[in-house]
Amino acid sequence: MSTATIPAGAPATLPSKPAPRSRPVAAFLSTYVFSKDHKVIGLQFLFSTLLWFLIGGLLALAVRWQVAWPWSDVPVLGKLFAQEGGQMSPEFYTMLFTMHATVMIFLVIIPILAGAFGNFLIPLMIGADDMAFPTLNMLSYWFMWPAFIAFGASFFVEGGAAAGGWTSYPPLSTNPASSPGSGMGQTLWLVGLTFVGVSSMLGSVNYMTTIILMRAPGMTMFRLPMTIWAMFITAVLQAFALPVLTAAGFMQLGDRMLGTGFFSPEGNVVNNAMVGAGGGQPLLWQHLFWFYSHPAVYIMILPAMGMVSDIMTTFARKPLFGYRPMVYSIAGIAGLGFIVWGHHMFMSGMNPALGITFMVSTIMIALPSAVKTFNWLGTLWGGRIQFTTAMLFAMSFVSMFIIGGLSGIFMAATPVDIFIHDTYFIVAHFHYVLFAGTAMGVWAGIYYWFPKMFGRTMNEFWGKVHFFLTFVFLNGTFFTMHILGAVGFPRRLADAYHYETFHHLQPMNAFMTWCAIGMVASQAIFAVNFFWSMFFGPVAGRNPWNANTLEWTAPSPPGHGNFDFQPVVHRGPYEFSVPGMEKDHLMQTDPPVAMPAVAHPAMAH
Amino acid sequence: MKRFAGIFWSLLFLAVPVLGVAVFAVAPSIDVWLPKDVSEHGSQIDGLFYFILALTGVVFIATELLLFWFIWKYDESIAKGPATYIHGSHTLEVVWTIIPAVVLLFLAIYQMNTWADVKMRRPVMAPTVEVVARQFEWRLRYPGRDGQLGTPDDLFLVNDLHLPVDEDVLVQLKSMDVLHSFFLPNLRVKQDAVPGMKIPVWFKAKETGEYDLVCAELCGWGHYKMKGRVTFVTRPEFDAWLERMYLEQEATQPENGEAMP
Ligand code: HEM
Ligand SMILES: [Cu+2]
Ligand SMILES: [Cu+2]
Repeated sequence: MSTATIPAGAPATLPSKPAPRSRPVAAFLSTYVFSKDHKVIGLQFLFSTLLWFLIGGLLALAVRWQVAWPWSDVPVLGKLFAQEGGQMSPEFYTMLFTMHATVMIFLVIIPILAGAFGNFLIPLMIGADDMAFPTLNMLSYWFMWPAFIAFGASFFVEGGAAAGGWTSYPPLSTNPASSPGSGMGQTLWLVGLTFVGVSSMLGSVNYMTTIILMRAPGMTMFRLPMTIWAMFITAVLQAFALPVLTAAGFMQLGDRMLGTGFFSPEGNVVNNAMVGAGGGQPLLWQHLFWFYSHPAVYIMILPAMGMVSDIMTTFARKPLFGYRPMVYSIAGIAGLGFIVWGHHMFMSGMNPALGITFMVSTIMIALPSAVKTFNWLGTLWGGRIQFTTAMLFAMSFVSMFIIGGLSGIFMAATPVDIFIHDTYFIVAHFHYVLFAGTAMGVWAGIYYWFPKMFGRTMNEFWGKVHFFLTFVFLNGTFFTMHILGAVGFPRRLADAYHYETFHHLQPMNAFMTWCAIGMVASQAIFAVNFFWSMFFGPVAGRNPWNANTLEWTAPSPPGHGNFDFQPVVHRGPYEFSVPGMEKDHLMQTDPPVAMPAVAHPAMAH
Repeated sequence: MKRFAGIFWSLLFLAVPVLGVAVFAVAPSIDVWLPKDVSEHGSQIDGLFYFILALTGVVFIATELLLFWFIWKYDESIAKGPATYIHGSHTLEVVWTIIPAVVLLFLAIYQMNTWADVKMRRPVMAPTVEVVARQFEWRLRYPGRDGQLGTPDDLFLVNDLHLPVDEDVLVQLKSMDVLHSFFLPNLRVKQDAVPGMKIPVWFKAKETGEYDLVCAELCGWGHYKMKGRVTFVTRPEFDAWLERMYLEQEATQPENGEAMP
């Protein structure tokens, strides 16, 4: 019966243990530092990205400080960049928001989803002993380091860090004369971006190969958990979109260092001096950049959608509603995602007739997002909800994604976008999808898979406190941005209060900054809970949540090679509450013998 | 105790639609809302904004309430028996794909005309003024007495844009250095200025008055202070103003000065 899932002491299928090493330093290095084990690499990604998450959060607070109380002394952080006695310069402000977005997007969200969760979960959830190319996998982590160093060092070079926004539009970003950050800082930015790209590409190739070739016996494509589907489609997006960004990055490097002038317009005068080779087009960069970066926003959310789907089924004790529609809508989002990039350029000077086609495709991309939302609601309907921390974060993902998806429709409507483009409405939109969506999904994933990662569970009480505070403060910070955007309050202004239209908005911005401070401070609870639980949390068994997918059949944490028996898959991942069963879940590996006990009439009721 | 947790968390999720709607309901009364619109086309844009607000508002309230209701009702501690064993519903999938598809497609088609009015159906006329953005100011160039741009009698000004009310104005937008964006919040006008391109922008004000001209595209450290003013006056006042400015320029310029860039 079901206890037969994990044969007692069946080491047979694994290769024998490596011989004890005589050189402990080398052993340490190869186990924890230059490890080729996907789980170690996943955790390396996790720790690095969480550290950058903290740095990105502090940068955000400094940005918020300036927006709320322009030119006032920045407490605590001010000492770090003491200019004019703790007061920030407008140059520094532009660097702050540029590097906040850069860090969050390229060093946190993309690598935490694909790098940390993708690495850790893919082999475990498909029943493989590791990735297809373990060495590439190790390199994909170590190629992040040049990026960490380049982005980190850029704050300390002459002129400071890149200051042209995370979108780095030329000519601002290509002409050092136009901005101090467009000197060495911008070069380092481009170098860092290239390395992040190499890392993602190595990961992407590996994930596609692993998922296609290394699934356990019986694991058909349509028995894959949603997390894996999402990771797979994300990897495909990366593979097709990244080369364009890499090429564009090299073109910008060429413009800066070799005078190629791809993006350099004719007769460009900066600071009263003719600059640039001419013969180029600034809009070309925008097309190339968004051709990558729009698909990239889905790279930044699809894996979270997958994880949330898996977590919600586990804690609603119910099969996923509409598995295939869920898969098709991810595929639809990915496909349409390649033909909507122009919605970032409605006001750019691009042919307005072309804008119409991008408007139609953008409006239609809301459709698969809506289908996913309805299916999540369908999953909860008739469920038996368990209020674990992971489940709360997962349900909040749905609640918040609704807001982010709906605000997208305003901006997709080109006439409305005339007014709200480059205002706080946009800032509200992407923080609802990326912070309130993806980051909440990431926390759901951490609380959920923590037992598998470290063999212990996180503290639920403090987890819920963390959830509650984060949820409240994030809405306080970001929801109000919608109505700021409705006034037309522009983004990226160091001080907007000298405009008649905006001068009354300072108290509101101060409120948002207080909420942001509360939000960052609440993460201390998470940090303590995380590290404390790693060492002292209650020991978790193989399957603490009574979930169905393959990773829960492996030991917690799994040893090298993952499974202590060969998993064989007999069914899809969401067989919860099957009628007529004594247990309320059927794992993917549970033998089919259990099924005949279920009388067919019972299934039909 | 367990039920208490269920109630607590479902109410937290209920707070999202309740407070969300409240924020949007209160915002106009505390003046954190669309600024006054004085343009002819602006009401179309605002109308579309309200239309989408209503549409998304309904979806927002409905889905968030459902979410709250499911969390409230399907709490494990009160629900009886096991969860419903169901994998989906073909009918429902079709319904909730087709209905939004139709609504979205309608929305896409419905707005095309406004977009075409604002950005594609350009009035046939000579530019009223040329606006050249540069770090961190708006350089204005009016055709002088001859009514033609690019002749020696052009009038040059900075940041202080005057335009006639109640008639079409055509702005020829350029940039000297980096990207900028010509944003008139009260006229629902926004257009990036791109070096190397001449982009036409047109609109018609319905009221006289003085309003903000904002730079809305990051253009460097001084982006925040790249502020101009736009003043709409009647045609006779406008002509008189042009003449006065022209005479001032003549008086301060030694020779009939070389044309500025
Ligand atoms: C319902 C589907 C969505 C629609 C219709 C939509 C539409 C748009 C549009 C039209 C813009 C450009 C607005 C402007 O600059 O004027 C935009 C910006 C943005 N969207 Fe979305 N979006 C959707 C979903 C998402 C998702 C799921 C994400 C991320 C996970 C996302 C992330 C972003 C980001 C980061 C930006 C701003 C980039 C920047 O200017 O810095 N969007 N979206
Ligand atoms: Cu986009
Ligand atoms: Cu600007």
